[in-house]
Amino acid sequence: MREIEYRDALNEAFDEELARDQNVVLMGEEVAQYNGAYKVTKGLWEKWGDKRVVDTPISEAGFIGMGIGASMLGVRPVMELMFWSFHSVAFDQLVNNAACCRYMSGGLINVPIVMRGPANGGTNVGATHSHTPEGLFAAFPGLKVCSPATPADAKGLMKTAIRDNDPVYVMENTTLYGNLGHVPDPADGDFTIPLGKADIKREGSDISLIAHGASVLRCLEAAEILQNEHNISAEVLDLRSIRPLDQDAIIESVKKTNKACLVDESKPFCGVSAQITTLIQEYAFDYLDAPIKRVCTIDAPAIYSPHVEPEQLPNAARIVKQVLTIA
Amino acid sequence: MENASSPNLSSLDFASSPINQALSSEKKIEHYRQMCQIRRFEQAALKNYSKKGTMGGFLHLYIGQESLAVGASSLMGEHDHMITAYRCHAHALAVGMGMNECMAELYGKATGCSKGKGGSMHFFAPDKNFWGGHGIVAGQTPLGLGLGYGLKYNNLHGSALCFLGDGAVNQGAFHESLNIAALFGIPVVYVIENNGYSMGTSQKRSSAYKDCLAQRADAYDMDWDVVNGEDFYEVRAKMNIAMERARKEYKPTVLEINTYRYYGHSVADANHKKYRSPEEIEKYKRDHDPINLWKQRLLSEGVLTEESAKEIDSAAKKEAAASVTFAEDSPAPTIDDITKDVYWETDNDTEASKIGRHFFND
Repeated sequence: MREIEYRDALNEAFDEELARDQNVVLMGEEVAQYNGAYKVTKGLWEKWGDKRVVDTPISEAGFIGMGIGASMLGVRPVMELMFWSFHSVAFDQLVNNAACCRYMSGGLINVPIVMRGPANGGTNVGATHSHTPEGLFAAFPGLKVCSPATPADAKGLMKTAIRDNDPVYVMENTTLYGNLGHVPDPADGDFTIPLGKADIKREGSDISLIAHGASVLRCLEAAEILQNEHNISAEVLDLRSIRPLDQDAIIESVKKTNKACLVDESKPFCGVSAQITTLIQEYAFDYLDAPIKRVCTIDAPAIYSPHVEPEQLPNAARIVKQVLTIA
Repeated sequence: MENASSPNLSSLDFASSPINQALSSEKKIEHYRQMCQIRRFEQAALKNYSKKGTMGGFLHLYIGQESLAVGASSLMGEHDHMITAYRCHAHALAVGMGMNECMAELYGKATGCSKGKGGSMHFFAPDKNFWGGHGIVAGQTPLGLGLGYGLKYNNLHGSALCFLGDGAVNQGAFHESLNIAALFGIPVVYVIENNGYSMGTSQKRSSAYKDCLAQRADAYDMDWDVVNGEDFYEVRAKMNIAMERARKEYKPTVLEINTYRYYGHSVADANHKKYRSPEEIEKYKRDHDPINLWKQRLLSEGVLTEESAKEIDSAAKKEAAASVTFAEDSPAPTIDDITKDVYWETDNDTEASKIGRHFFND
């Protein structure tokens, strides 16, 4: 199977969906003529033109609200936040208008938008540009959230997100955009991955490492070390989708390994891993041989210092250390 | 007519504008009826609001401003859309929503227009091109922009009428919307319903401006105008110009319509007689009431008689009373209803909705 970069997998998803549905419009800052701040939308403006690929001013509340309004009349906007961190200046649009219009209208309206962009730390850009809000947005009923770790998942989930009739917030990652991975050839047919379906990225029997986004890759590195140096067989479960959530896959894995370490780049307080913890204790309490452990981003705003930031985030060494306390 | 520098602007009679010349006697009476219905509906709501166990939350009354919503809706065609803020009862009724579904919504009943899930601030009727009913000040202004964007995207010649209060003009979302509207050429009409007070703070205490609020549109190279809201003909004439600009030229407009609300910001506004004098309120009721002025106009035109006007008003009052009975007799939503209308996919039981967990109640 061919290998392509994460960013190109996304690009392919957009290109295919632009071709499939004439109501799909890409919007955002620098997505068109500049080819995207991270080249994720490279070449699409040239191919699809001004109507389908639209540069917006730096005006997140304005253009995101505009996309939500347009979606009520059948447009399907796929909108980029150059950083998901910029959600804060458009918060009202994202959590009131996108998430609640359907409900407040008694189901008369739906908002088929995609919000996307990178949500990650690890690039030394300081606290304002390093937020990981997947848990935050998953806490709003009406929204769906996913966070792909591999090029194939990025493409498959993005295509599904665009076709979904509810607002879907896709959290990408600047540190993953250049990663290569196997992605099925478009010639082999339409490739999608459903929301709400987790994926076992590595089979194991002694402990479940449960993660999403870039943390999945950190878990895979840790699993390798655990196997080679400690003879511990770790299973790596990639959630892929935060809401809807594949609870069955989580519980099944924990029932098999009887131990869980949750790895989550969001902050520990009420983050995604906090929700997973409560589900495991509710549905797999009797199967646990040890307390549930977590490796999250150290609980402070993102530090700038390139010397320290890698240690603030979940990494293989921190995961191994935490696993060894229970395995 | 559009020449704002004309010294005789205030003395212009907008009855002579083509859009008003084209208005039939039947339509004139119909618009009088709509204004009466809106006022009687809200009076009935207010009367029952204080009864224990009927309604909760806010009740933002439009009484005194009726000519604006009715004037605007009277011009709407197939591709014209409307969206507004939380003072939305009048717009809902003006576009043709029924008193029953609206009153039942206030009562939080399953028969309400939003099944009791939205309340007073969140009435919607997409089938009538009415997109709410939005609670956050100026939060609807980018949505109105989006309705215009949708029209243009689909090559339709229509307009998006986005209402906001004078208190909304200082929100960032509104300015972002104005910039994009002008930049992209969006067929949106921003209608500032200027009732003089953003909640309890007067215009002078809340906004920095030179001559008027709509003038801010100049900064975005956008057309604007000021409208005397008590004159139904003027509302229609100027609104029509803005809507035609949207439909034919894909260009936005800001209209500032001067009006007045007789009651507080909401029923919860205990101070509304403190930040303005009772004399001020009485003066408006006596000299500037838009329904009374429209009635006088129709009497003088011979379109309406005192008797028929009275009949129309008492029929509206009866209809409002009946809607209260309908609301009282309607069932409340069930606890099971709480998790419906959250996701389109789960409501429609699609394949996608069966994958993964969507709700987390244990």
